[in-house]
Amino acid sequence: MKVLVPVKRVLDYNVKPRVKADGSGVDLANVKMSMNPFDEIAVEEAIRLKEKGAVTEIVAVSIGEAKCQETLRTALAMGADRAILVQTDERVEPLGVAKILAKIVEEESPELVILGKQAIDDDNNQTGQMLAGLLNWGQGTFASKVEIADGHAKVTREVDGGLETDDLKLPAIITTDLRLNEPRYASLPNIMKAKSKPMATKSPADYGVDVTPRITVTNVAEPPKRTAGVKVADVDELVAKLKAMGVAK
Amino acid sequence: MKTLVWVEHDGKAVKDATLSAVTAASKLGEAHLLVAGQGIDSVAQAAATIAGVGKVHVADDAAYAHALAENVAPLVVELMGHHDAFVAPATTTGKNIAPRVAAMLDVMQISDILSVEGADTFTRPIYAGNAIATVKTSDTKLVVTVRTTAFEKAAAEGGSAEIEKVASTGDKGLSTFAGEEIAKSERPELTSAKVIVSGGRAFGSSEQFHSLLDPLADKLGAGVGASRAAVDAGYAPNDYQVGQTGKIVAPEVYIAIGISGAIQHLAGMKDSKTIIAINKDEDAPIFQVADIGLVGDLFKIVPELTEKL
Ligand SMILES: Cc1cc2nc3c(=O)[nH]c(=O)nc-3n(C[C@H](O)[C@H](O)[C@H](O)COP(=O)(O)OP(=O)(O)OC[C@H]3O[C@@H](n4cnc5c(N)ncnc54)[C@H](O)[C@@H]3O)c2cc1C
Ligand SMILES: Cc1cc2nc3c(=O)[nH]c(=O)nc-3n(C[C@H](O)[C@H](O)[C@H](O)COP(=O)(O)OP(=O)(O)OC[C@H]3O[C@@H](n4cnc5c(N)ncnc54)[C@H](O)[C@@H]3O)c2cc1C
Repeated sequence: MKVLVPVKRVLDYNVKPRVKADGSGVDLANVKMSMNPFDEIAVEEAIRLKEKGAVTEIVAVSIGEAKCQETLRTALAMGADRAILVQTDERVEPLGVAKILAKIVEEESPELVILGKQAIDDDNNQTGQMLAGLLNWGQGTFASKVEIADGHAKVTREVDGGLETDDLKLPAIITTDLRLNEPRYASLPNIMKAKSKPMATKSPADYGVDVTPRITVTNVAEPPKRTAGVKVADVDELVAKLKAMGVAK
Repeated sequence: MKTLVWVEHDGKAVKDATLSAVTAASKLGEAHLLVAGQGIDSVAQAAATIAGVGKVHVADDAAYAHALAENVAPLVVELMGHHDAFVAPATTTGKNIAPRVAAMLDVMQISDILSVEGADTFTRPIYAGNAIATVKTSDTKLVVTVRTTAFEKAAAEGGSAEIEKVASTGDKGLSTFAGEEIAKSERPELTSAKVIVSGGRAFGSSEQFHSLLDPLADKLGAGVGASRAAVDAGYAPNDYQVGQTGKIVAPEVYIAIGISGAIQHLAGMKDSKTIIAINKDEDAPIFQVADIGLVGDLFKIVPELTEKL
């Protein structure tokens, strides 16, 4: 069984985003970019399924500028077998990403696509569900556990009230939550090996997909700032404050 | 504009998240509701009394019992034939269903809106709330999820909407519900609690997390939250997690104890009215957003606080 893992290049999660003064967006010049943390978890899950013998081939895909190659090399160094870069300097929205992925699914016929539940830059939490809708496949979102057997995926999902388990008929879509696994670091030999693994470069036009954005971002602003308040010296003072607020009697 | 609002419920009652979504939808136009599930008469009755609601569509069928997106999305798509906007609260159910609907309608979803600026313009947080984007869509049908803490709740009483049954679109046979572990708690739900006490990695064990925080929460009638580090370490279940990738909360008072204040955690609680931080490190980032800070050892402070309240 083949697995497709879409990976997105995003601002590293340790970097504090800076809003540009002209309101056009977040400053991404000369800042550290990394693979979206949820996508590392997706790659790791695919590798574990391969190690268990449930998966034979892992194909990583990224859509974006030429530098997404680095993100794909990271996926290859972790253990993906080959990569597809769909190169574009345009802004591609989740719907466009999902449409491109749907075409790749048509070509590659994977039985499983594992995505991150959200990208930590735009925080949309859409792409996996959209892809499932376009393909008319089952979707196991926010997964914290995945078991593959007999043409089905049993997916435990992190939902507001606790955990829910759904049984999906394969082929299906899975999106990862944080507790699904702890991704491995690529070893130096594997980073070297990754350099010779195959990477195809395509364009959205190759797939005949119109990725014209539907949404225009008219402004990006800083949120209202909170300022540090007062420090209290001891518990008695804190209790007095809580009483003054009417929280404690 | 006619909107269709997803009613979040537990099979018996309408959840508060729905009321915030109704407020957001009403800013776009007339709010119609969709109640989907199995054996949901009481939910439909309750939904019909929400103030300002035009009509309640009820889809009662086994296929909708667990709100599986594979079965619910086609139902919504059908109803969108005569509605202009689908509005869902950004709960895990809403987030699971809405993008599937959007793709089937060939429109871009607008996730997690904070405000309605016009019929096609919204604000929404990006980068864990470190930036607020104003976005304008060119799609003619809208699919929107709503950050519930950003909108007042519509009044649960006062309306008398007409209830209309809709035919089932059936079971698509793609997925089945196989079980759940839903935490039962006497405490208020995090997303509607007035006071939240939240614990971090510093608690060191599940026993200490609960033996220290539960009595304090009981004294304050508070909900209990946690940082990701505390959940990952197994001190608290996943539904306690507050943050960018957990729950977004905005209570009157949020008390962060032994939590450093990483941006991913702040993303989930920085709209709280008053933030109180207890941390032994006076330079912890949480103090930069806290209205009231107390520097010290939680293992001494928390029992003392509980006793003195
Ligand atoms: C140069 C450039 C500038 C951009 N500027 C903006 C901007 O200012 N505002 C804006 O809203 N958007 C912008 N985008 C688009 C944005 O980066 C996203 O690609 C798009 O909005 C998807 O949203 P998301 O990642 O939040 O989706 P989500 O639905 O949160 O992503 C979930 C998952 O989908 C997969 N996925 C998503 N995107 C990709 C991808 N490109 N390749 C492979 N897998 C993917 C991953 O597995 C990811 O974990 C820009 C893109 C580029 C290339
Ligand atoms: C993609 C991604 C998503 C994430 N999503 C979330 C999310 O949704 N929610 C979230 O919370 N995190 C999230 N995180 C994790 C986040 O970055 C932090 O790692 C996490 O919030 C840290 O938790 P903490 O504050 O409990 O632990 P720490 O950062 O270890 O802080 C512990 C604090 O306790 C204090 N302390 C220690 N001992 C005592 C004592 N005896 N008395 C008083 N104080 C004491 C310390 O001074 C310290 O400040 C995410 C990370 C990533 C990469």
